[in-house]
Amino acid sequence: MNIMIVGVGGQGTLLASRILGRVATKSGYDVKISEVHGMSQRGGSVVTYVKYGEKIYSPIIGEGEADIILAFELLEAYRALPYLKKGGTMIVNTQRMDPMPVITGAAKYPDNIEEKLARSVDLITADALAAAAEAGNIRAANVVLIGLLAKSTEVEKDVWLDTIRRTVPPRFLEVNLKAFELGYGM
Amino acid sequence: MKRLMLGNEAVARGAYEAGVTVVSSYPGTPSTEITENIVKYDDIYVEWAPNEKVAAEVAAGASIAGARAMSCMKHVGLNVMADPVFTASYTGVNGGLVLCVADDQGMHSSQNEQDSRHYAQAAKIAMLEPSDSGECKEFTKKAYELSEEYDTPVFIRLSTRVSHSQSLVEEEEKCGYALRDYKKDPGKYVMTPANAVKRHAAVEERIKALTKFAETTDLNRIEDNGKKIGVIAAGITYMYAKEALGNEANFLKLGMIYPLPEKLIKDFAKKCDIVYVIEELDPIIENHCRAIGVSVKGKDAFTLLGEYTPAMIKKAVTGEEPEEPLRAEEPVPVRPPVMCAGCPHRGTYYVLKKLGLTVTGDIGCYTLGSAPPLECLDTTICMGASVGVSHGMAKARGEEFAKNTVAVIGDSTFIHSGITGLIDIVYNKGVSTVLILDNSITGMTGHQDNPTTGYTIRGEKTRQVNLITLCRGVGVDNVVVCDPFDVKELERVIKEETAKAEPSVIIVQRPCALLKSVKYTGHCEITDKCRKCKVCMKLGCPAITVKDGEMFIDVTQCNGCGLCVNVCPFGAIEKE
Repeated sequence: MNIMIVGVGGQGTLLASRILGRVATKSGYDVKISEVHGMSQRGGSVVTYVKYGEKIYSPIIGEGEADIILAFELLEAYRALPYLKKGGTMIVNTQRMDPMPVITGAAKYPDNIEEKLARSVDLITADALAAAAEAGNIRAANVVLIGLLAKSTEVEKDVWLDTIRRTVPPRFLEVNLKAFELGYGM
Repeated sequence: MKRLMLGNEAVARGAYEAGVTVVSSYPGTPSTEITENIVKYDDIYVEWAPNEKVAAEVAAGASIAGARAMSCMKHVGLNVMADPVFTASYTGVNGGLVLCVADDQGMHSSQNEQDSRHYAQAAKIAMLEPSDSGECKEFTKKAYELSEEYDTPVFIRLSTRVSHSQSLVEEEEKCGYALRDYKKDPGKYVMTPANAVKRHAAVEERIKALTKFAETTDLNRIEDNGKKIGVIAAGITYMYAKEALGNEANFLKLGMIYPLPEKLIKDFAKKCDIVYVIEELDPIIENHCRAIGVSVKGKDAFTLLGEYTPAMIKKAVTGEEPEEPLRAEEPVPVRPPVMCAGCPHRGTYYVLKKLGLTVTGDIGCYTLGSAPPLECLDTTICMGASVGVSHGMAKARGEEFAKNTVAVIGDSTFIHSGITGLIDIVYNKGVSTVLILDNSITGMTGHQDNPTTGYTIRGEKTRQVNLITLCRGVGVDNVVVCDPFDVKELERVIKEETAKAEPSVIIVQRPCALLKSVKYTGHCEITDKCRKCKVCMKLGCPAITVKDGEMFIDVTQCNGCGLCVNVCPFGAIEKE
């Protein structure tokens, strides 16, 4: 299973990939995760790959190889489209964040990304920010999306909940568990 | 039990299990988390050194004193470290000495993509290269055994994809390593010419012995799948090649990449009709194969640039084209990294841009000041270079040019190697102005303490290097401290200091917005007093954008730092 998580630096994609990696490990698979640290984390496009199966060699996912793409932002979902396997699923947070070339007017943010994606992929969309606000903190949007992803996998819900309990700092646990439930229930 | 670990975390675990007791490093992506993970082990002394040269010297000293020691750096850090390392090759070790160097193929977070393997050849130091986290731990332990058995420092070469990938690692018990005896041995440790002549001969003998070892060690292994195609690979490219070709090729997987075996490679090649050497960056293994008379395909089939992928390897070896993927219907705008909302550097660059100055830049988050709309930087070369480059420009073009030029350098980078440039300016009658962008932390690599923060790597309070007294101490009379968010005052100070025919240092001080101690609250809002002059847009703040022709602040990104309130000429931005 190849899962690609894309978003904007600072959105919490690393936490999502780590939760997913631990869930896959607990389910008995060989797992590899490839992360990005350093400069590109500063508000740039960020991509993490999570791969699990009987035996995993390369930690990266190439074009046309992702079974699921979990996108934290619309434009990043659109950018990641070539990586999706034909017939694959995209789970997309409908949040829009303008990149600097759009802010400065050097480039245009594409219109109607959701419609365009829906033409070629199995698309699931969600307003994770609103759900996270309902859970008590907009920063928990990443865990809302993890909840939504959990529903698309065959792993039992309890394994996810248990992993979140062991990954998230105690003072944020309540908000994050609520955020997960809201995502799972979407 | 097996646990998911970053490659870097696994190297740290390997160091712990090997009984390492001293680690000294300078942060640098993608190597930083090795040293950060060492902090988990209470019985290891660990420190951030001011730069890689000092770090290597500390590690070498610990090794001579009988401890197992380690120093970790990114590829360009190895340039800084090179001087002690080349001679540590001559002195050899007492306790094992391992140097971990992480290359950054593809330049995810670096100013070049040099290939560290050249250093192993040049300094005649053995180099191991793991392919995943499990090997990171195993090879680290093996490196200590080799270091002591062959009396040599040992390099572990990592890459972004090995350092920053997680895979499963089996944790084991720590070995019972005891501090070795220390005895004076000037013939071995005092590298005067007379002693070094003898040690050079020892180095050459050592490489012969290690080459013999390379022929038989299980670090290098052949996977004979009975195929006609052979692949020689090491590190992450072995994993890419395995994914691309599976059992459709024979593999010679090299775990030790210096020195390289001869017979092993010849024997492997004999069984294959065609042999590919698959290695990112430079043709090191390929050149070795040609030198020993083994015909291989290498850089004639693969690029010298950037990272490889399994698909690229599959295409080069089998000619198989991947299926045409899904494509977006229009160009997708790029999203380059930007300074965070609330970043203290934004105020500095806003003023520098306004004044139209020539700005020599340096390495850190503030390198992002080169991107639109701030677009301030004229140069970025390496750690500390801003200061010397600015002085050189001034000497080339004269004092008037110098009055319109400033160097910008972060607090940690200044201590790393900017201070020596400043001494040069003072000593050689320079007139340059240096801005130390003091954000109270080493930022880009993810918040490491440094000698100016007053805390050690373990978060313990310590003596703090005072930047003001330091600059005054080396002979700079004009040292001014200024807040980058007070843009009017900063503008006045920069004008005043650059006009002087003397060296000046302006310490532009405001902590990184991501520090826990920084508590901005609320968010800023554009009111109906806005006249759409777009001055706030010149800040390049990711939270400020245009929506339906109106200026708009995105509350999910704004942290209420208030810089835009300070620059708005009409008082149209208010803080909630």
